[in-house]
Amino acid sequence: MRVALEEEPSMDLGLDVTEREGWAILAVRGEVDVYTAPRFRERLIELVSQGHHRILVDLEGVDFLDSTGLGVLVGGLKRVRSHDGELALVCTQRRILKVFEITGLTKVFSIHETVDDALAA
Amino acid sequence: MDEVVELEIPARLEFVALARLLVSSFAASTAVLPEDRIDDLKIAVSEACTNAIEAHGAADTAERVLVRCRDADEHLEVLIEDRGAGFDLAKLPDHPPVTDPERLNFERGLGIPLIRALVDDVEFSSSSEGTAVKLVMHHGDADN
Repeated sequence: MRVALEEEPSMDLGLDVTEREGWAILAVRGEVDVYTAPRFRERLIELVSQGHHRILVDLEGVDFLDSTGLGVLVGGLKRVRSHDGELALVCTQRRILKVFEITGLTKVFSIHETVDDALAA
Repeated sequence: MDEVVELEIPARLEFVALARLLVSSFAASTAVLPEDRIDDLKIAVSEACTNAIEAHGAADTAERVLVRCRDADEHLEVLIEDRGAGFDLAKLPDHPPVTDPERLNFERGLGIPLIRALVDDVEFSSSSEGTAVKLVMHHGDADN
């Protein structure tokens, strides 16, 4: 049987940071897995070491996220909490929210529908 | 007749994406699963391939990891087979519940619970010669 691959595997991970109202907003784009997660982790560590202790991770541009990505977010939350900070998420995608629900992490992270909602919370 | 596709991937982390792509393309081509169930299967494949590749790294073997997709009469199955040192499912570390602040000390340990939750059936067979993980998804309405 021949299977045509539906798309090229993408190794690109976008990690763009903006600042608003005292929050660092990290917009993640692409697939977060064991190969790309180290870059995501490094970016979060870098933000915390630069003094950003209120971080909003925008997952709306994420096409795929597995437990490695969850682990990065758990590690990020631990880091900001050690500075009395916060790490919140923006996510409306059903397939991404599902992994948070299954693992119980919806009880750990504050998850919002938009960046504006998160900043107003 | 069952449709079967096999892929042997180098045991390197960048190939997990290719394994996901193969499985999702296979599932889409057989049109036996709705899109959201293909997404579930992709995550389970990613978790199993990650574990397989890491097992090869720990065992320092250059052998490849096998990913085999099979569409049978009433289900689609994916086998991920490695040549790592194996593991005892019963002896995996028990992490605190996610609501316990202590859980933040562990970034890992969510992969196998995710696999169990996302596929219809999963079988782990492990020995000192390697591990095989069989993921099974029952056929559903692909138009959903």
